[in-house]
Amino acid sequence: MAKRIEVSGLNVYYGDFKAVEDVSMTVEPRSVTAFIGPSGCGKSTFLRTLNRMHEVIPGARVEGKVLLDQQDLYASGIDPVAVRRVVGMVFQRPNPFPTMSIFDNVASGLKLNGVKDRKKLTEVVERSLHGANLWNEVKDRLDKPGAGLSGGQQQRLCIARAIAVEPEVILMDEPCSALDPISTLAIEDLIEKLKDQFTVVIVTHNMQQAARVSDQTAFFNLAATGKPGRLIEMAPTKQIFSNPTEKATEDYITGRFG
Amino acid sequence: MTAVAENKPAYEGKALDLSGKSGSRAFKNTLATVLIGLAFVLAMIPLVWILFTVISKGYHLLLSADWWSQSQRGITVRREGGGAYHAIMGTLIMSLITAVIAVPIAVLGAVYLVEYGKGTRAARAVSFMIDILTGVPSIVAALFVYAVWITIFGFNRVGFAVSLSLVLLMLPVVLRSTEEMLKLVPDELREASYALGVPKWKTIMKVVVPTAFGGIVTGVMLGLARVMGETAPLLILVGYSKNINLNPFNGFMGALPTMINQDRTELALQPAADRVWAAALTLILLVLVLNVLARLIARFSSIKSK
Repeated sequence: MAKRIEVSGLNVYYGDFKAVEDVSMTVEPRSVTAFIGPSGCGKSTFLRTLNRMHEVIPGARVEGKVLLDQQDLYASGIDPVAVRRVVGMVFQRPNPFPTMSIFDNVASGLKLNGVKDRKKLTEVVERSLHGANLWNEVKDRLDKPGAGLSGGQQQRLCIARAIAVEPEVILMDEPCSALDPISTLAIEDLIEKLKDQFTVVIVTHNMQQAARVSDQTAFFNLAATGKPGRLIEMAPTKQIFSNPTEKATEDYITGRFG
Repeated sequence: MTAVAENKPAYEGKALDLSGKSGSRAFKNTLATVLIGLAFVLAMIPLVWILFTVISKGYHLLLSADWWSQSQRGITVRREGGGAYHAIMGTLIMSLITAVIAVPIAVLGAVYLVEYGKGTRAARAVSFMIDILTGVPSIVAALFVYAVWITIFGFNRVGFAVSLSLVLLMLPVVLRSTEEMLKLVPDELREASYALGVPKWKTIMKVVVPTAFGGIVTGVMLGLARVMGETAPLLILVGYSKNINLNPFNGFMGALPTMINQDRTELALQPAADRVWAAALTLILLVLVLNVLARLIARFSSIKSK
């Protein structure tokens, strides 16, 4: 489990609009990589190219290479559905399936892909809920609707759902931005635990969070509104927050921005 | 310090006035409340009036078992007796066939418009056609089917032909409402499903449609309620029979709207008038029962929030 991601010369477009320009980076396996940067700098857009989720939007396309253990995700003949089974995703707002129970939500990835074996499903659900630090809170009400949980619990449910399909990489798009501090702490603890097994990439607006949870930090910025976002600097988190190479990074993390 | 002490009395003198309620705002508020209340009452008057009249004049025939089990076979306008079984069955059979044909086309069409064709030329064309179809009067739909079914193919006037024309009327209603319901399903749910490596068609089948299911059922019911009361297609495409005919491919068929139409001409005669009211009430009840059924189905299969 857990794979290295190597991106080289990636340009991302929405129609004619170039949203992200010339990004190259390496994401190490079994580590947490954080993307920080101002709103609109393309960090979420870039994140979504890592599991080919970007192209769900009509007119969106990508140039360049994304290698997952030497395999180019954008080579011809690659099935985006297969890519997403290997690279899972957790979204900004918790989005459990409203028609499904807690159990079915966690099992949905397997069930919808044709696994029917009840014993295996039960096993996976329990393991995933343990993995998402949610088991103790929901073990007595697995048949209750997932939408009835609190926001923080819903987000951990979504993480459980993502890890239930045993991906190699988990992408998180501002997973705590809709949560209160206590739920955020729970998710951060969980991220720390997830990196033992998975490669985790997280987009966050919260720099303290990036400093707390990540091993590597990438800073994205854009020259001006309407210009494409670029990767300014990527380095071990400690270095980014104590001794960044670029002036723009320093300005951003110290709050002297704009 | 002295400056503060001097300022203090002046500040206290201008105490905040939070009592609010300026005269004109209170008046506007009252006016709006009254107008809204009045509009509601106005809307309710015809509804309650119709219901009350139909129920009070029609209920007593519905109390007899004959009404639900007998036809009008051999019963003239001057005679009492007989029932509406032939018409109830006719209405149900024709509506059911209509629904069986229209609902899959409408739902799949809506799925195409929302999930696949978004923004394409084909989708815009279909959408435009549906808008036109929504405005087609029932008699036009009936004459169209008459032209195809009877003039071109040379078939007879039968219940199935009525169903075909009712499909034209039901399709746009169900398609539009289903489309709106599918649009309400947040994209986050679709993305959540894609992110699990679930293919698009399965996402639609297992996530999008179930989430919108309650609304889709409501749309189907609205469509059914509309077509069950249509009269023009019945008059043109099947005619009215007082006998029980359960075969939609052969012979005339009774239906509640045409049963009302049949006795309507002899309203001066009490037995005929009674049957008209009773048939009207039966039609309303039929729609009501289907609605309740649909709500139950929707409740047991849609979004679980608690």
